[in-house]
Amino acid sequence: MKTIKNIGLVIFLIGLATFTSLTFIGSFKVTSGVFDDYVTSKNIQSEIFINDINTNLVDKEFNGIAGLASVVSAALENANTQHRKNKEYKKVIYTKPSDMAAEIGKKSGIGFIVNNKGLMWFLTFGLGIIGALLFIVPDVVLLGKKGIKNDGIYHQNSTNRGWIAWLVFIFLVSFYILLYFFSEYTVNWTYLVDPISESLSGNPAGHWFVYGFMYCVVMTIMAVRMYIKYRHNTYQMVRTTSVLFFQIVFAFLLPEIMVRLQMPYYDFKNAFPLDYDFFFQWNLKSLINTGGIGLFILVWGIVLTLVIVPVMVYFFGKRWYCSWVCGCGGLAETLGDPYRQHSSKSLFSWKIERWLVHLVLVFAVTMTLMTLYSFFTDENTILGIKTQTVQNSYSVLIGAIFAGVIGTGFYPIFGNRVWCRFGCPLAAYLGFVQRFKSRFRITTNGGQCISCGNCSTYCEQGIDVRAYAQKGENIVRSSCVGCGVCSAVCPRGVLKLENGPEKGRINPTQVLLGNDVDLMDLVNKK
Amino acid sequence: MEHIVIIGNGIAGVSAARHIRKLSDKKITLISAETEYFFSRTALMYVYMGHMKFEHTQPYENWFWKKNKINLTQGYVIHIDTSKREVILENSTIFYDKLIIATGSKPNKFGWPGQDLKGVQGLYSKQDLDKLEQNAPNKEVCKRAVIVGGGLIGIEMAEMLRSRKIPVTFLVRETSFWNGVLPKGESELINEHILEHHIDLRLDTNLKEIIADENGFTKAVVTDKGDTIACTVVGLTAGVSPNVDFLKDTGIEIGRGVKVNRFLETNSKDIYAIGDCAEQREAIGQRRPIEAVWYTGRMMGETVAQTICGNPIEYKPGHWFNSAKFLDIEYQTYGWVFSDRIKQEYEEHFHWRHAKEKICITIAFHKETKQFLGVNTFGIRMRHEIFDRWLTQEKKIDYVLEYLKDANFDPEFYKQYEVQIISKYNAEYGTTISAKKKSWKRIFNNA
Repeated sequence: MKTIKNIGLVIFLIGLATFTSLTFIGSFKVTSGVFDDYVTSKNIQSEIFINDINTNLVDKEFNGIAGLASVVSAALENANTQHRKNKEYKKVIYTKPSDMAAEIGKKSGIGFIVNNKGLMWFLTFGLGIIGALLFIVPDVVLLGKKGIKNDGIYHQNSTNRGWIAWLVFIFLVSFYILLYFFSEYTVNWTYLVDPISESLSGNPAGHWFVYGFMYCVVMTIMAVRMYIKYRHNTYQMVRTTSVLFFQIVFAFLLPEIMVRLQMPYYDFKNAFPLDYDFFFQWNLKSLINTGGIGLFILVWGIVLTLVIVPVMVYFFGKRWYCSWVCGCGGLAETLGDPYRQHSSKSLFSWKIERWLVHLVLVFAVTMTLMTLYSFFTDENTILGIKTQTVQNSYSVLIGAIFAGVIGTGFYPIFGNRVWCRFGCPLAAYLGFVQRFKSRFRITTNGGQCISCGNCSTYCEQGIDVRAYAQKGENIVRSSCVGCGVCSAVCPRGVLKLENGPEKGRINPTQVLLGNDVDLMDLVNKK
Repeated sequence: MEHIVIIGNGIAGVSAARHIRKLSDKKITLISAETEYFFSRTALMYVYMGHMKFEHTQPYENWFWKKNKINLTQGYVIHIDTSKREVILENSTIFYDKLIIATGSKPNKFGWPGQDLKGVQGLYSKQDLDKLEQNAPNKEVCKRAVIVGGGLIGIEMAEMLRSRKIPVTFLVRETSFWNGVLPKGESELINEHILEHHIDLRLDTNLKEIIADENGFTKAVVTDKGDTIACTVVGLTAGVSPNVDFLKDTGIEIGRGVKVNRFLETNSKDIYAIGDCAEQREAIGQRRPIEAVWYTGRMMGETVAQTICGNPIEYKPGHWFNSAKFLDIEYQTYGWVFSDRIKQEYEEHFHWRHAKEKICITIAFHKETKQFLGVNTFGIRMRHEIFDRWLTQEKKIDYVLEYLKDANFDPEFYKQYEVQIISKYNAEYGTTISAKKKSWKRIFNNA
């Protein structure tokens, strides 16, 4: 069994290495046809740029996308500088060099990778999947009897912030930086999943398709791990299945199929303000212009945020969204599960959390109000601030850096819910409802707590669960996503997630059940 | 300002300190020889097993003590001068106005030959944990460990060592694991579970002696069955007794523990004792005079704080309850379910066990009156509040079974067994009870 695991690890690493190497290998040759089409489609006016590219790029073979990208980037910069100098502003090209290189590169791949998409898929995704499963599945036997399986978590390098954890950290951070800021390096990855994308939406894959596909693959594999690890715990099994279903069907398949049916690309479960660009002008216009289905999506999106989300939180707590439906939550609960113990439980972190997550919510709401104001009045600035600038900074700072690079990249070091805890504006909104108007709570079972600290250690949201449990007090915290792991790891059966009457839900106590009843009355009366 | 000195920073001492601080502005000093900050003793096993780091066992952040003006003093108390009101440490003395003794327990040693050899240890303190990490870091250094004493700490220690794949032999004096406390069916279930975890369980077996190698390290143990078992570590887990030796010539009355009355006062004025080290002059209800249980330590702390802060109050623990975990199986108990050995004459047991899983329940009730006396569950979590209420209301067993769904505390979506449990009871006792649906109203409104 151990051998199978090790073989699996080697196969997985080969797949991962091949996948990584694709960022700098592969041949590219831009034909004049491709470039001419690009110029036409983007309506590029700059003859300096066109000449430059025709001389230095077209029909030349590049090994690795980097060379191609640097030519594009240099040509762009050169052309734009000259046009600006000559005040020919109409000729200035506003496309980002990296987007341009990605788009041209996508159509210009030649050689082995492009001609063997299936094989290359197998050598990357295929080996990764097979290897990971070989690594994970033997745990059915190796983990022994069903029960809590946390042995050695703090002895292992990978789960105790050792060098493996730091390597994973570097890999994830780099991956997200490429994805958000240097998409030209992901062109080879898109070839691997072209056949899948074409069978779904009819279009070749872009880098966001790669990401979506990978997201589903990673979640599925790591869900297998969850199923094995928590096989004694029905709550975890059901929850994992739910979150996987919503990712694959709602976030991945449905939007692609909708594109095939000439509908807008839309993830029906992605609620504003997590879906921060829902009210952006381009989105509203595209929804309005697609007729019936577009209007339906518009109404659905508003009803989802204003009615469905809070009503569901009232009945079930924010867990129905954050750990049963949400994609970010889904990745955190599968890929992130081995790192859940790293969230900081200090009071200081809780203070930072409250400031940060609520500020992001304010940011998101302000931006959206500005957006709507601009949309309805056609004014591009409010109080001298450009709406577009606010939108762009939100997209980069919150959408890309916080949610992506930090949110997922920091898993191995700061735990799996960095984004959900410190950054997600939707979580902040749901948190208000959960804290002040909800039937959800984690019930503390009388006087049974022994203060061992397993609950706090494994709380991914950094809640000091024990602080409540050892006082016999129910846990009602806005940040709780209801993953249920505190209840699972408790050795004494103290914690239970449940939805019940609001009365008595919050029950601050000083003396716990089991002591003298008169003393309890005396001390606990308010 | 009155100075309250507390010896021992375990759950009892810390609970007392916290509650005194809540009630007053008195000066509080907490003395410990073990660790600087309070930690949860029950969690030490998880540190060895790698579930947690030691700092995770500390329920309060380090700034907590200063913020709450609880002075922490590290040192070992060697004597108490009751006439001068002084606590004498190795290097200093501390004057007190009121003194709380909360020094907990120490592992029992019964004078076995070789009990002080290198590699022989108990599992109680932080130091014991460090020692185990040294004695048994892995299965290469520790080829086999023998654990002596079939109680809660023994099985925990076995679980710890097994988490590092160290072979374990488990010597248990009783003919079945913990059968002085558990009824037969449950004790047998745990026997089976111990074997499932590849622990070499030897029932009805006592330690005769521990043999040393030429360097004074443990080499083997000899049992009363005549077996010699080679091993490098011996865990002595044959119970604990109050840690009170330092009080010998202080005039404070000691039996097995520090003798206290219901106000937790010792015979010496202004000196109190709480937690594991306190011995009630008369047992309270069916409880033992010395209760080495986490929550009783806490409750005594909660109580003595009231007394010290001018609201004298007797220690009146409510209905007995407890819980533990045997390897993968959680155990909870509410009320009294006695083992076959000490079962009361009027006490009858109803036992149900799952056909395949390690899940069972035993309900004790009065033979004649059918009054519900207590429940043990293995692999099913129960609601403390509900059973506490039923015990107070002296419900009959039929009532308990009928409303058993109200008491279930298992996580959502778990399989529930009330129907099976009740149908077995109906078959055995010729009743026609049927399970009522769970009702929030009953659970929360005391209906």
